[in-house]
Amino acid sequence: MRGHLILRVVSKLLIPFLLLFALYVQFHGDFGPGGGFQAGVIVAAAFVLYALIFGLQAAQKIISPALLEVAVPLGVLIYAGVGVLTWSLGGNFLDYGMLDSHDPSHGQHLGILLVEAGVLMTVSSTMLLIFYAFAGRGR
Amino acid sequence: MEFLINLILLLFLSAVTVAIIGVRNLFSVVVLGGAYSFLMATLLIAMDAVDVGMTEAAVGAGVSTVLLLSALHLTKTDEAPARHSNVLAIALSVLTGLVLVYGTWDLPRYGDSENPMNTYVGADYLERSIPETTVPNVVTSVLASYRGYDTLGETVVIFTAGIGVLMLLKGRRRKEDEDGEEGRQS
Amino acid sequence: MPLLAGDVEGMDMEGLNELAFVLGGVNHWITVFLIMAGLYIIVSRSNMIKKLVGLSIFQTSVYLLYVSPGKIIGGTAPIIIEGAEDQLYSNPLPHVLILTAIVVGVATLALGLALVVRVNEAYGSIEEDEVYSDGDWN
Repeated sequence: MRGHLILRVVSKLLIPFLLLFALYVQFHGDFGPGGGFQAGVIVAAAFVLYALIFGLQAAQKIISPALLEVAVPLGVLIYAGVGVLTWSLGGNFLDYGMLDSHDPSHGQHLGILLVEAGVLMTVSSTMLLIFYAFAGRGR
Repeated sequence: MEFLINLILLLFLSAVTVAIIGVRNLFSVVVLGGAYSFLMATLLIAMDAVDVGMTEAAVGAGVSTVLLLSALHLTKTDEAPARHSNVLAIALSVLTGLVLVYGTWDLPRYGDSENPMNTYVGADYLERSIPETTVPNVVTSVLASYRGYDTLGETVVIFTAGIGVLMLLKGRRRKEDEDGEEGRQS
Repeated sequence: MPLLAGDVEGMDMEGLNELAFVLGGVNHWITVFLIMAGLYIIVSRSNMIKKLVGLSIFQTSVYLLYVSPGKIIGGTAPIIIEGAEDQLYSNPLPHVLILTAIVVGVATLALGLALVVRVNEAYGSIEEDEVYSDGDWN
């Protein structure tokens, strides 16, 4: 994609806002529509856009497949790890109220935040990895 | 007004579906699929499912379309003409449709707050979300807290799908290069 | 907004009831039509990518089947508004279930497409008929 000046300039302007919007969707998920899945897909879409405009190699230079392969299981581990943590604090599996000894509702907020972070990590990296796999096959 | 918007969106949805059945160029099918997903997302938002609508727009119209297009890039973009008659398929789907329409007589009325589905568990979550978790978005609190096990299972499903795609599409490349481009005819 | 549905219907009970009945029917029948269309594509077409699109249509029609009974007339999205004690909300439970279904749906689609790509590499075709006639099946 050498010649597509307009596409390159517009996508360069757009991608930071896409990532910012993903963060908004992620952290505002408690109060409005959104959450880990939606944010993860938006993050993946931003990088897919980058890969479509600037080429697969440029995208893989920014986020390498090896890094993504670590991030996919790491997200699941964060999720399950929160469950194990609440276990070790004396509660049930994924009983977030245990995370804050003073106010269970703070614990709920913290637990949901951590769990959604795990979901974001797994979803965004899996989607991007699947795209890399399909795009890399064609070369 | 609400009814009218709903009805128009549903009719659009059926029109796009009929187009998807008829069109033989797969590129057009994929683009129509994207339109279908956006219409579905709008309809879901009209039915108050804002989280679902947002996900459908991002996943159905965004990621699915990209994946389908990249698969088309690796395969072919035209569908071969049908070799045998579709009578059996039409009969099967009409029969299924008739059975399902018969089943709809027993389904709860649209928009009824008194039907069992809306008075029992759903209402309970709505009452308990603020006192127990202080999270205003009930969908988030049910998804991540009350039904945290479901979401953990879902995350594992995505993880498994990622592994599956990588096993199918990634591992073979190295061997293929050694074999010298064998098996990549198209 | 009144809390009880009876109060909402009290404004124009007959008309609203009629309309809700017809619209509820239309919602279900179009859902059934989408299920039929999805099933027809899966059964009749031999092209595998078309089959996967059909499977997606089948899947999305189920979203409609779940979400439409959860909608309450006069209600709003299930995000609790502070200070509005008598606000009516739609049922959040089907939304949660369908949220899960959407993400699982894209996972299965990706896996299916990966299989199609591999089939194309092995047989040089994505038409089921041609793939079968290529092998030892008949």
